[in-house]
Amino acid sequence: MQETRRANDWPPLRLAKAGLRRGFDILERGAGRLFSPALNPLAQIGALSFFLFWIVAVSGIYLFIFFDTGIVDAYSSVEWISGPHWYHAGVMRSFHRYASDLMVVTVAVHLLREFSLDRYRGTRWFSWFTGIPLIWFLYISGITGYWLVWDMLAQYVALVSAKLLDVFPIFGEPLARNFLTPEHLSSRFFSLLVFLHIAVPLILLLGMWIHIQRISRPRVNPPRLLAALILAALLAVSLWKPALSQGPADLTRVPVEVGLDWLFLPLYPLAEAWGGWSLWGLMVGVSMMLAVMPWLPPFRRAPAAEVDLPNCNGCNRCVEDCPYEAIRLVPRTDDEPFPHQAEVDADLCVSCGICMGSCPSSTPFRRVQDLKTGIDLPGQPLAEVRESVIAASAELKGDRRVLVLACEHGAGGGDVGGVVTFPCVAMVPPSLIDFVLSKGLADGVAVAGCSESACYNRLGVEWTKERFAGARDPYLRKRVPRERLATIWASPFENRRYEAEKAAFAERLAELGAGAPEPAAEEGEKTRQEAEA
Amino acid sequence: MKEGLKMAARFAVLALVFMGVAALSNRPLHRSLPEGTGVLMLSFSHGADRRAACRPATEKEMARMPPNMRRREICPRDRPPIRVEFDIDGKRVFEADVPPSGIAGDGPSRVHQRYVLPAGSYDVAVRMRERPAGDFAWHGERTIRIDPGANRVIDFRATAGGFVFH
Repeated sequence: MQETRRANDWPPLRLAKAGLRRGFDILERGAGRLFSPALNPLAQIGALSFFLFWIVAVSGIYLFIFFDTGIVDAYSSVEWISGPHWYHAGVMRSFHRYASDLMVVTVAVHLLREFSLDRYRGTRWFSWFTGIPLIWFLYISGITGYWLVWDMLAQYVALVSAKLLDVFPIFGEPLARNFLTPEHLSSRFFSLLVFLHIAVPLILLLGMWIHIQRISRPRVNPPRLLAALILAALLAVSLWKPALSQGPADLTRVPVEVGLDWLFLPLYPLAEAWGGWSLWGLMVGVSMMLAVMPWLPPFRRAPAAEVDLPNCNGCNRCVEDCPYEAIRLVPRTDDEPFPHQAEVDADLCVSCGICMGSCPSSTPFRRVQDLKTGIDLPGQPLAEVRESVIAASAELKGDRRVLVLACEHGAGGGDVGGVVTFPCVAMVPPSLIDFVLSKGLADGVAVAGCSESACYNRLGVEWTKERFAGARDPYLRKRVPRERLATIWASPFENRRYEAEKAAFAERLAELGAGAPEPAAEEGEKTRQEAEA
Repeated sequence: MKEGLKMAARFAVLALVFMGVAALSNRPLHRSLPEGTGVLMLSFSHGADRRAACRPATEKEMARMPPNMRRREICPRDRPPIRVEFDIDGKRVFEADVPPSGIAGDGPSRVHQRYVLPAGSYDVAVRMRERPAGDFAWHGERTIRIDPGANRVIDFRATAGGFVFH
């Protein structure tokens, strides 16, 4: 379904996404191998952005103790920081600078990664849309910071920023006139900049908080070990290449050659070359384009999950497992003897089906004519899942019959024959595996998810592992022979590994011998009828 | 031992990425002016006198005003554009009727022109009048030396006698 949606994308966008996805996949796999899936920095790029923000905030507060505002005092206080007191304040200055730069990198990677995964449409519009102003606030925070040092780079930043801002007739005097000569410059201007450099990051933090409001269990802290590694690497780089000033600003001279921060200031040379209006046009145009992307075609959207009250006892499991905060418990509206019932907010639901997999009533063993569960996906209801599993198992022959339950965003999603695909493998109720093995529909079940460290639906891989390990409701029952169950986490670009792991699993099954007796064709029909009886 | 090596490799990868970021934070150098050039700026802000002097309000105008806001005099707020001409070595590089700023046209006229010039000496002449037509009330002429990388400014302050060369 997702692939179909992408196939209907505007061709240049589709190609860009495919190229980016392939690039990210290679990097994510490499990082996953070195760091382990739990520590993979690329899998928690949002959490890293938060962590870097806190490094910038703490180091900034420390630097503010020693910083003086004023035309001469600003530069000399920063020189004091980086000179005689390099070992504490100077290191903090480098932390402040490089963590800010890294934040630009993590934000850019985060944006490109979500774009490549097509995770900005439908209900995800909120996180995407609220992320756009964050880029502006991040840049304003950084640019005002460069200004404060009042070295040659600050002078360059001041001149070009003034040129950019002066295109709007909102200032009584053109800003650029503040930087004509040393006599024109006022110390009060630095007080205003300090205020901006504190206020804008606070707005940025507020925006970051809003940005994560519509996802459950947002990761805002990286694992401690990764955080420690980042701090150690920052310290090493701060000692190797301390952040330094570039000579005092001198308004009688032009800052002819400056060491530009190409992460924060890449557009400044363009501002010089193009002039203010063109650059504003570019920046506002790109921002507007990004902001409207969630509403651009294709518009297809799978129907949201639906609650079936007679089968819902308000147990809260779907609420706990939904990665998008789309489900909540509300007071009961029928006569059933339970205080609550689940309620789906269709505007927030991405139709991943994880709720269906979490519902204790999602069991294919139920002997009811019209198989229903407490919460179901109208696009792929439990009854249809059971039908598909029985039909797929009928395609399997021999003594190593592997039924694949695959995530449509992983390598298994492209497999054919003996495969049932799902929007997410966490949509698979553990009882479905029990059903397949106990009924002898296959000799083994391979649950093929997407990339282990980059789950398309955020928590699907984690929930699946925990359910199989008996650490999360609904558990995979103990009677299910674990040797007949395999999990394969492979991205769409890892077909070879997927095939190899599947073949190895089939080999292991052959050594184990046959599982439960294989039902004859008519018996398969009987299984279906039995289940429906 | 193996875990230690792995940890070292993780640290090395992160440090390498961070080194790349640190390097990009001030390299490569950016040159904002061609070699051997300097900047001359003509930058000032000056408001001409109001377009017209206050005059007595007519009976008709008085009648149109709300009773509590009736004034005997009508004083137009807006200012006329100022006329500015600027020559470098006898060549006209800027001439304009610069309108007043502000929504009501009552703010000062602003001029901010930047010229990148090869290093050397230049005879500059700047003239301004507070009306589009008539004689130039303000003049400034001087030979200016522009050194490579220098930032020279021509400002205007009526209280200081007119054009000021920084």
